[in-house]
Amino acid sequence: METISIRAPSVTPSGTKTRRSVRTRLPAAIALLPTALIVLVVFIGCMLWTVRLSFTSSTLLPKLDWVGFAQYSRLFANDRFVTSAENIVIFGVLFIAGCLIIGFLLAVFIDQNVRGEGLFRTVFLYPYSMSFVVTGVAWQWFLNPGLGLQKLVRDMGFESFTFDWLVNQKMAIYTIVIAGLWHGSGLTMAILLAGLRGIDKDLWKAAKVDGIPTWRVYTSVVIPLLRPMIVTAVVLLATGVVKLYDLVVAMTLGGPGIATEVPAKFVMDHLFERNNIALGTAAATMMLITVVIILAPWVYIRYIRQDGRHA
Amino acid sequence: MSLKTRVSAYTLTVALFCSTGAMAQQMKAEVLHWWTSAGESASVKVFADQFTKAGGTWVDNAIAGGANARTAGINRMVGGNPPTMMQFNTGKQFDELVSNDMVRDVDALSKSGKWRELMPKPIVDATVREGKFFAVPVNIHGQNWMFYNTKVFADAGLEVPKTFPELVATGEKLKAKGIIPIALGGQPNWEHNLFRAVLVGHGGADMFRKLYGARDPQITKDPKFKESVELFGKMRALVDPGSPGRNWNDATALVITNKAAMHFNGDWAKGEFIAAGQTAGKEYGCTVVGQEPKLQIGGDVFVFPATKDKNQLAIQDKLIEVLLDPTTQIEFNKKKGSIPVRMDVDVSSMDVCAQKSHAILSDPSNQVESMEILSTPNFSGAMQDAVTQYWNNANMSADAFMEKVTNAMRDAT
Repeated sequence: METISIRAPSVTPSGTKTRRSVRTRLPAAIALLPTALIVLVVFIGCMLWTVRLSFTSSTLLPKLDWVGFAQYSRLFANDRFVTSAENIVIFGVLFIAGCLIIGFLLAVFIDQNVRGEGLFRTVFLYPYSMSFVVTGVAWQWFLNPGLGLQKLVRDMGFESFTFDWLVNQKMAIYTIVIAGLWHGSGLTMAILLAGLRGIDKDLWKAAKVDGIPTWRVYTSVVIPLLRPMIVTAVVLLATGVVKLYDLVVAMTLGGPGIATEVPAKFVMDHLFERNNIALGTAAATMMLITVVIILAPWVYIRYIRQDGRHA
Repeated sequence: MSLKTRVSAYTLTVALFCSTGAMAQQMKAEVLHWWTSAGESASVKVFADQFTKAGGTWVDNAIAGGANARTAGINRMVGGNPPTMMQFNTGKQFDELVSNDMVRDVDALSKSGKWRELMPKPIVDATVREGKFFAVPVNIHGQNWMFYNTKVFADAGLEVPKTFPELVATGEKLKAKGIIPIALGGQPNWEHNLFRAVLVGHGGADMFRKLYGARDPQITKDPKFKESVELFGKMRALVDPGSPGRNWNDATALVITNKAAMHFNGDWAKGEFIAAGQTAGKEYGCTVVGQEPKLQIGGDVFVFPATKDKNQLAIQDKLIEVLLDPTTQIEFNKKKGSIPVRMDVDVSSMDVCAQKSHAILSDPSNQVESMEILSTPNFSGAMQDAVTQYWNNANMSADAFMEKVTNAMRDAT
C-alpha cells in the first residue's frame, strides 16, 4: 500500500512582509519593549540568579560567596533527591503515555457520533477544571484503605479485597499517576477530538473504498495526521509533569516515607521551610538542565534543522 | 484674667483632643502572624483586644501557614517596609535577622520586666542572642504530650503506661482487643514528633540535646540510643494501616471517638478535644511518657523590626507591655492551649493539663529545649527525612537508620 501523505496547505510567506519599512516596525518594537524587558530581567535574570545561588552557601538569606559544586555533591548524596528524580521519570512517562492513550480512545469514542456527545465531552473534560489540590484530596479519600474503595468493596462482602497502594511505599507513586491521568486525560481528549474533527471526511471514504480496516486507518492515517495535536498535548502535559507539586502535597505529602517525593517539592521545602536556599536552587538548576536536555533535540529538529532543509 | 484662663483651658482642651486624636492615629500596630485556625485566631484576638484597650489600633495581618508568613515578613523587612511586630517560633528561625541587624534589641525592657528570672531558661536562651533579648516570648508549648482516652483504658482494664517499654507492651494488648493503640498522623513531621517523644522519654534530655543540638556522631554508639530507635521501630506495629498521610487532627479524632487509645502531640491538640466538648481529666487525660517527665518546650515569640522612628518605638514598647501583662497571658494561653511564659502567674484557673505542664516545668531539670530551639531547620529537615524513611519501611534496621542520622549530621548546614 502506498503511504498517503497529506500536507496542510502551507501559507507561503508573502512578499509584502519583506518590504515593511522601519517606520511601521518602530511602534511594534516600542510596544514589545516592556515584554522583552520582562523576559530578559524576570525570566532570564531570575534563572541566572538561581543558578548563581546554587554555587553559594546561602541558607535563609542569599549570600554571594562561592563554594563550587559542593551543593551538587550534597544533592546527589541525598536519598530524597535521588528518589524524587526517579519518581518524576516514572510519573512523566506513565502520565504522558497514559493521557495520550486514554485521551485518544475517548476522542475516538466521542467521534463515533454517539448520542449525548455534549454530555460525555463535559464529563470527560470536567476533571481538568479541578485544581490539583482538589483532585489530590478527593483521590486521597477514595484510595484511603480505611475510607474509600477498599472499604467499599469489603463492605460489599469481599473481605479479602485489598487495594492499599496509597499507603504502600512501593506502589504509592502509581496512585499519583492514576490521579494525574484522571485529571489530564480529558484535556488530551479535547485536543485530539478537535484534530479528529479536522480530518477530511473524504479520506475515510477513500479508505472505505480501498477496503482498509478501520483500526488500520486510525494507526496509519489518522494518527500521523494528528501529529501537531499530539505535540501540543505532549508539551502541555510535560509542563504539568515538571511542575508536579500540589497534587503530591494534597495527596500524600511525599509519603509514605519519601516514596512519592518529587523534585519541585524538594525545591520548595528547601527554599521555604528548611532555610537552605543553596541546596534548593541547586535542585532547581538540575530541573532546568533536565528540561533543556529534553527540549534541545526537539527544538533543533523542529526549528533549526527544518529551516536548513527549506533553505 | 478669667477670660485668659478660659482661653487657655480651651486651648488645652483642643490641644488635648488633637493630641489624643493624633496618638490614636499613630498608635497603629500592624501585626504579622500565622494564627489562622479557629482556636488560634480566638487567642490572637485577646492580644488585639488588650492592645485596643490600651489605646492602640491593631491591624491584623494573618497569613496562613508559618513558612508563608515568615517568607512574606522577611521579604518586607528586606524590602524596607516591615510590619510593627511579627511572629516567629521560639528558636533559630530569626537568627539571621538578628545577625543582619534587622530586628530590634529589646534588652532594656527585659531587664525592667525581669524576664530572665520569670521565664524558663530554655526559652530565655532561645530568645537571647549575644547576651541580649531580640524577641519577646509569649507562651510555652509542650511538644511531647501523650493524650489518652480514659474510657478505652478503663474498658480494657489496662494501666496508662509510664515508660516506653511499658507502652509497647500495653499497645500490643490493646491491639489484640481490636483497638488502635496509637493514633498517628502519618505525615513526616508527626512521625518525627513521635520519634522525639521516644528519644527524650527513653534516652533522656542529654541524649536529645546531643543529637539535635551538638550533633555528636558518638551518640550512635550509645546503647541507649539504639534502644530508643528500636522502641520507636516497634511502635510501627501499633498504628493502623490508614495512618500514612493522615492529618494530625484526624488522628486526634480517633482518640476522641474511642477508636484509638493514645496519641502523641503537642498541647495544641487540646483544642480538638475542647471543640468536641470533652474535658481534660475526664474523657481524656494527658501525660508525659518516660522515666522522668521531660517536656520539650518551645513556643511563639514576637520580633520587632528595627526602626529609628520614635513613634514606632513607643508603639512597640506598648505592644510588649500588653503581651506580657499577667491577665493577657492567662487569657491568651487558655485559648491557645499553651501555658503562660511567665512562671509567676497563677494558673489555677486553667485546665488540668495546663496545670500539669506548669508543675512539670517548675522543676528546671524537666525543661528540655524543643528541636526548633536546638537545631537548624535544615538539620531538622534532614532528620525528618531519615525518620520518615525508617518509620515507613518495616524492614529497615536500627543500624541503617543510625547511618542515615550520621549522614544527616555530616551534610546538613
